[in-house]
Amino acid sequence: MNWVRRRLGQSMAPVVGGVAILAVWELALLVTNPDGFVLPPPSEIIGAVFNNWDAVFDAARNTGFIIVTGLVVGVLLAVGAALLVTRFRTANEIITPLAVSMNAVPIIALAPIFNAWFGLLSPRSNQAIVVVLVFFPVFINTTKGLTQVEPSQLELMESYAAGKWRISREVRIPNAMPFFFTALKISTSLAVIAAIVAEYFGGRQDALGPLITQSAGLTRYADAWAAVLAGTVIGGILYTLAGALERVAMPWHSSVRTDRQSN
Amino acid sequence: MTTVAVAVSSCSKIFNHGKSNEVHALDEIDLAVEDGEFITLIGPSGCGKSTLLRLIAALTDPTAGRVEVNGKSAEQARLDQDYGMAFQRAGLFDWRTVSKNIELPLELMGWSRVDRVRRAGEMLELVKLPEFGGHHPSELSGGMQQRVAIARSLAFSPSLLLMDEPFGALDEMTREHMQDELIRIWAETNTTVVFVTHSIPEAAYLSSRVVVMSPRPGRIASVIDVDLGNRGDHTREDPAFFEKVTEIREALRAVEST
Repeated sequence: MNWVRRRLGQSMAPVVGGVAILAVWELALLVTNPDGFVLPPPSEIIGAVFNNWDAVFDAARNTGFIIVTGLVVGVLLAVGAALLVTRFRTANEIITPLAVSMNAVPIIALAPIFNAWFGLLSPRSNQAIVVVLVFFPVFINTTKGLTQVEPSQLELMESYAAGKWRISREVRIPNAMPFFFTALKISTSLAVIAAIVAEYFGGRQDALGPLITQSAGLTRYADAWAAVLAGTVIGGILYTLAGALERVAMPWHSSVRTDRQSN
Repeated sequence: MTTVAVAVSSCSKIFNHGKSNEVHALDEIDLAVEDGEFITLIGPSGCGKSTLLRLIAALTDPTAGRVEVNGKSAEQARLDQDYGMAFQRAGLFDWRTVSKNIELPLELMGWSRVDRVRRAGEMLELVKLPEFGGHHPSELSGGMQQRVAIARSLAFSPSLLLMDEPFGALDEMTREHMQDELIRIWAETNTTVVFVTHSIPEAAYLSSRVVVMSPRPGRIASVIDVDLGNRGDHTREDPAFFEKVTEIREALRAVEST
């Protein structure tokens, strides 16, 4: 019971803070800018969500699909590459420099070029941008976690005459878990940004990116903000899911067990 | 009738052989450890004592010479899991409970679950942590973690225990307590121990023989026999103990001034 109350207390604080910020925003606009022309008050944004529910919901679903598929493919590719690179030296020599130089490329700037490759109205180009953008942080962090193992732990496994695969399973992969989940959480918001910005340049027209640009172009700022809000919700859901996954996957980790230690 | 547990014959180890950063870590080492002995390797840093331990463990190969453990090559002994090992850092796996950490070598050796759980329980009794099996290592103090590491290294009853400064990171009181535990376990289990340390009192207190090594290149400078009988708190205040401490210290001084 105590535990429940403490958890509630922990989650109440940001809620109270958030509501306070929204209230100040609303009141400040009421006093200074009653037209709400450029920055609409929160009430109007939420109103816009419900007024355009079908359009916002469809756009969020389409963009959400791009985000989730891009995220999953990008993460799987990155983890696969990290496993390859730490297991085989030649793979490391080929993939790592490639990944590092790829990271130097401003990926998002490639969006118009990707459109040319995949077709202007194809969501494939947006997915590709998400995949490439998500790949790097997950790849680098997972590789770090797979290689930065305490030397004595590796020597211990060698002293048990454990094979490479066994060492990976018992030591390297569990060691990489916290690194991987940190990267995964960063990637959720990266994926949302990547998808929406990529959509500014092409892809499906019934998605959040076009909804934002078109509404802003028509000076319907509340509608633009409603689309931004939808993107925020998607990002929040994905981040929460990643956190829940982390909790399930590594219950031993101190970041997960904090409330047990504080009692 | 004693048998030889470890035989090191004219072993040399050169790191980065033939390169500009070549390091001559060990030079022509000869050492025989008899069954049931407690041997301590002591010397200034760079004398190759940890390298010698790793040669015995077959975690690194000698550049020249031969290492035998239980009458076979060190590499074969590693593959047969003839020895247990403990390091300065406990090196427990955070993702396993204390019990599961102790069970790890048993899992790798294909023990059944029932046997593993029973043995882990026995080992926790041995290191006096019976109630901590379900905890995670991060919930334990440094001294307790080190005890778990020792329990893990002894879990499959190896005839030989290799320890690389296992108490180096502990505070003085915990360290003395752990030394008593180790002596007790050594006496109870008839294990042969090769123990690396840079603490003179620790070497004097624990060992049946102290091997004093000199640096650059690592050589055995002298071997000091110790016989303090049953150890206990009284031993640490025994004149015979202080004599051995002085003898080891003088041997180390001689090494450093050359």
